[in-house]
This record gives sequence, C-alpha cells and structure tokens, in this order.
Amino acid sequence: MLNWLPPPEIIAQLGLIFVIFNMLVLSAAFMVWMERKVCAYIQDRSGPNRVGFEGVLQPFADVIKLLFKEQLKPKAADTVLFAIAPIVSTAAAFAAFSVVPFGTETTLFGLLDRPIPLEITDVNVAVLVIFAITSMGIYGIVLAGWSSNSKYSLLGGLRSSAQMISYELSYGLAMAAVIMMAGSLSLREIVTNQSGYWLGFIPRWYILLQPLGFFIYLTAGVAETNRAPFDFPEAEQELVAGYHTEYSSMSFAMFFLAEYVNMVTVSAVATSLYLGGWLGPFLPDWLGWIWFLVKVFLILFFYVWMRWTLPRYRYDQLMEFGWKWLLPLAVLNLFVTAAVVLLVG
Amino acid sequence: MDVLAFYAFAAIAVIASLLVIGQGNPMHSVMLLIVSFGALAGLYVLLDAPFTAVTQIIVYAGAIMVLFLFVVMLLNVPREEPAPPGVSTLLGPTGMRIGAVLSLLLAGEMLWALGRIGIGWFSQGVTAASVSSVALIGSGIFTRHAFAFEATSVLILVAMLGAVVLARREHF
Amino acid sequence: MVPLNYYLVLSGLLFAIGTAGVFLRRNLITVLLSIEIMLNAVNLTFVAVGRYRGSVDGQIITFFVMTVAAAEAAVGLALIIALFRHRETLNPDAFTALKW
Repeated sequence: MLNWLPPPEIIAQLGLIFVIFNMLVLSAAFMVWMERKVCAYIQDRSGPNRVGFEGVLQPFADVIKLLFKEQLKPKAADTVLFAIAPIVSTAAAFAAFSVVPFGTETTLFGLLDRPIPLEITDVNVAVLVIFAITSMGIYGIVLAGWSSNSKYSLLGGLRSSAQMISYELSYGLAMAAVIMMAGSLSLREIVTNQSGYWLGFIPRWYILLQPLGFFIYLTAGVAETNRAPFDFPEAEQELVAGYHTEYSSMSFAMFFLAEYVNMVTVSAVATSLYLGGWLGPFLPDWLGWIWFLVKVFLILFFYVWMRWTLPRYRYDQLMEFGWKWLLPLAVLNLFVTAAVVLLVG
Repeated sequence: MDVLAFYAFAAIAVIASLLVIGQGNPMHSVMLLIVSFGALAGLYVLLDAPFTAVTQIIVYAGAIMVLFLFVVMLLNVPREEPAPPGVSTLLGPTGMRIGAVLSLLLAGEMLWALGRIGIGWFSQGVTAASVSSVALIGSGIFTRHAFAFEATSVLILVAMLGAVVLARREHF
Repeated sequence: MVPLNYYLVLSGLLFAIGTAGVFLRRNLITVLLSIEIMLNAVNLTFVAVGRYRGSVDGQIITFFVMTVAAAEAAVGLALIIALFRHRETLNPDAFTALKW
C-alpha cells in the first residue's frame, strides 16, 4: 500500500532539510528577541516585555506588522534588479548553511535502517563552498544599492561591498590555517580531528592551537556580516539606512533575515573550525547537537554584546584596519602554522 | 539523469551568454554573465571537478564580476551610443547583420567538425576519484607546474600595479 | 555518462558566441565580457578533456587560466576608466584616430 512513497532515507533527508530550514528562520526570530533584550539590559532598561512572557513573541509581532506595510518602489528604480536583490541576499545566506554539520549520525530512534549524518550534505570541498556562497551574498547588497537609484543607497551599497570583499581575504586565510592543520577541506573531518583530550581533560579544540586565527576569523566574520563595530554602511546617523533605505515591508524583512542567518552561519562555521563542533564532555555522542547549539549561542551572544558596547569604526579606519593590520596578521598566522605543521608533522 | 542535468546547465549557459551579447543594458549583461558562470560551475560538478567549480564561483563570479560591476556603476555606462560621424557604413546595422550571419557560419562549422570526432566514452580505467581529489591538484600545482605558479604570482603583482597606475586621476 | 563530444560542442558554441560579442558589440565593457565568455569556454574544454583522460592537469591549467583572466580584466577595466575619462564615451569607434 505504501510502496509509492520514496524510500525512508530520502524522506528522512527531506525532513532533515525542512527541520534545518525552519531552525534557521526561528533562530533569526530568536536573534531579534535576544538582541533587543540584551541591548535593553546593557542600557539599563527592560526591553520588550508586553508581548508574551518577557517579550518572547515580539519578533512574531514585528513580522505581522511588516507584512501589513505597503511595498514601495522608487519610480526610477531598475525593476528587475530591485526585486532580485533581497532574494539573492537571503538565498546566499541560507545556502551557506547547507554544508555545516551539527551532529554525528542518528537513526531517528531506530526508525531508519542506516544512520544519516546530521547535515544537509558534505562535499569534499565544504569550506570552500561556504566561502563561495558568502562571496555571492555581496551581490545582494551591491544590487540593492545600485537599483534603488538613490544617493544614500548607492553610497551605502558601494561602501558595504568594498568592506566585504576586503575582509574576505583575512576570512579565507584564517580558514586556510585550520585546513592546513586538519589536512582536509570537509567540515565533518575537521570536527572529528578535534576529538580526544590532552592530559585527560583539555579538549583538543583548534582554538587552543590557533588563538590568533580565531580572533582573525571572528573579526573578519563580523565585518563580513556588516555588524558593529563594522556597520558603518548601515549607520543610521550617517547614511539614513544605507543600502536598504528604499526597501519596505517584506523586502526589508528579507534583508534582516539574511543578516541574522549570515551571523548564525559565521558562528556555526567558527564553532566547527575552532571550538570542536558537536564535541563536548558529559553528553553521549548522539546528543552532540546540544553542545553545538550551546557554542553557537555563545558566539551569537558575543556578537550582540559587541554591537551594543563598542563604538563604530569610521569607514577609512575600517578599511585601513582590514588591509594594513588584519591581512598581514592573517598571513603571519598562516606562515607560522605552516612552519609548525612542517616541523612537527 | 546526468544527461538531463547536462542539458539543463548547457541551455542556461548558452541562453545567458546570448543575452549577454544581445541585450543593451550593461548592468543586466554583467548579471547574466554571472548566471552563465553559475551554470558552468554546475557543469564542472558534473565532470567530477568540485574544486574547479568552487574556484570558478569564488574567482570569476565572486571577484572578477564584482570588479566589472564596480566599473559599470562608477562610469554609469549608458546603453550603446550611435557611432560618431565619419565612421564607415560597415559599422551600422548592415554590418551587424553581416556579422551575425558570419558568426552563425562559424558556430555551424565548429559544431559540424566537433560532432564528427569519434570520441564517445571515457578511456579505460578512468574513475571519478582520479580527478576529484584536492590533494592531487595541490601536489600537481606545486611540483609539476611550479614555474607557472610562480610566474602567475608575478603576473598578478604586475597587473595590480598596472591597474592602480592606469586608473589614477591626473593631478594638475 | 555524458560523452565528451557534448562538452566539446557546448564549448565551441560558447566560444563562437564570445567571438561574435567581441566583434559586433559597440560598447567596451560588453567586449570585455565577451572575452570572459571565450576564456570560460576554453576552461570547460580543459576540464572535460582532463576528466576524459583521468588526469588532474586539466583542472590545474584552468586554475592558471582563471588567474590570467583576472589579471587581464583588472588591467582592461583600468584602461577603460582612463579612456572614459578622456572621451566620455565607451564606443570603440570613437578611438579610431591615433591622436589622444
């Protein structure tokens, strides 16, 4: 009777993709709430506390409000590119998460014959796939800035994309150092190389071997996602709203969704590369995804904390920092890692 | 299944390239070329070359095209302008039509010639694993092709310097 | 399995399209874009024949072709910027006289 259904592995894989997609969207909603609460407590006030318990339903209220707004388009805007820009941003943000592993294999409590690994897919060039899709995300911003046909948008779009391509270099070089130590481009193999302990209790995570690399990666990641202190292109005080000035309603919501999902992706990749992914002390192997969520949450909290504590960089200081300080540091990190790998073997 | 995917990617690549040279707005041309590069990256994945596919996206679609986009936005390139006066008639619409016919002839000749090559399937003993490993590519670049690698790095340095000098505004 | 012919035919077609673009278009940016199309067609040939012969050399050469294309695009665009500053047009027919 049920043999017109596809085999159970395919259903499980499709279900996994569905779950991951929804988790990303819900994590963006969770980030909206966490940002407003943490910002409020840093500023000594209480934040949203009317909608739901402690304001948890606030992001959903925001989405409903945005859905009811009117969709505007400037008269002289390039129609096709204006419509495509938020789609490109959001698609790139979600697609980058497709090679991130967040747990070991699972059999869904024995329902499946063979276990499936907890990720959408794992190619043997996974790290480069993430890098490539992040580069494609730049087009969303450039197109948004150009097609709006407005001064603030154009300036914001150009500055933002120039910043992103500058910090991409340090991003890639920090990843290259980890790849050299792990000997593989696949994220799942990099995480499994970090299992085990030194002296019985110190985990073999790469952050202990590459603290400078972790700092460079996280700084470049913050600059890539256009978050403070590198968010000059979106600065409300200087540029109205930068590249998304002319967007309203759901297009605006899609840009924000793309930004938060990019933050989640950078945090997830940082966890896999430096913090040991799903490996952790007390939980059994098949519950490793809990450790993964905890570590990603810590990095996201650090992101939000940085935004509301540090002042913003001016644009020329930002570019100078990226080219004159971060890039030489990343190259130095790569050289030292290569020398150590060669000598120690 | 593979053949279907090949036809899909090939159709996208050809149609996008035709639109790049066929339609007027340079901004749209650049975006269509990015679509064509994406289709080619898909073809590389079909050819068991995932490293080349990803490098294509990173280098071509992610860096070179951003450079093109910046220049198009900087110069605010208009659609094609009419030729300045005093230029020969072969560059007008008649010239375009003759040129299009000649290009079709070129395409027809190449397709006829390439279709007659008797190559079908792959050589004996060739598996996907022999070309898809990144370690093999790396060891090949740094041992057999080491001179080309070093020469390319000097080339990029010279190109960078040249671009900076050529695009500088004259100070009076 | 897709025969090698198919890839060679597709590559030839893309190369012809690129050549048509270089000769027929009267806008310097589109001419440079057509050159990129031609370089991509050549890359496709290299990777296809490399897979056919089971050798990674095909992919290694594409690596170098991409680098050369990047260098050439950078210098070409810098030249276009300099030319545009002088004549305010991107039509190559405006640059027919040897006088600057």
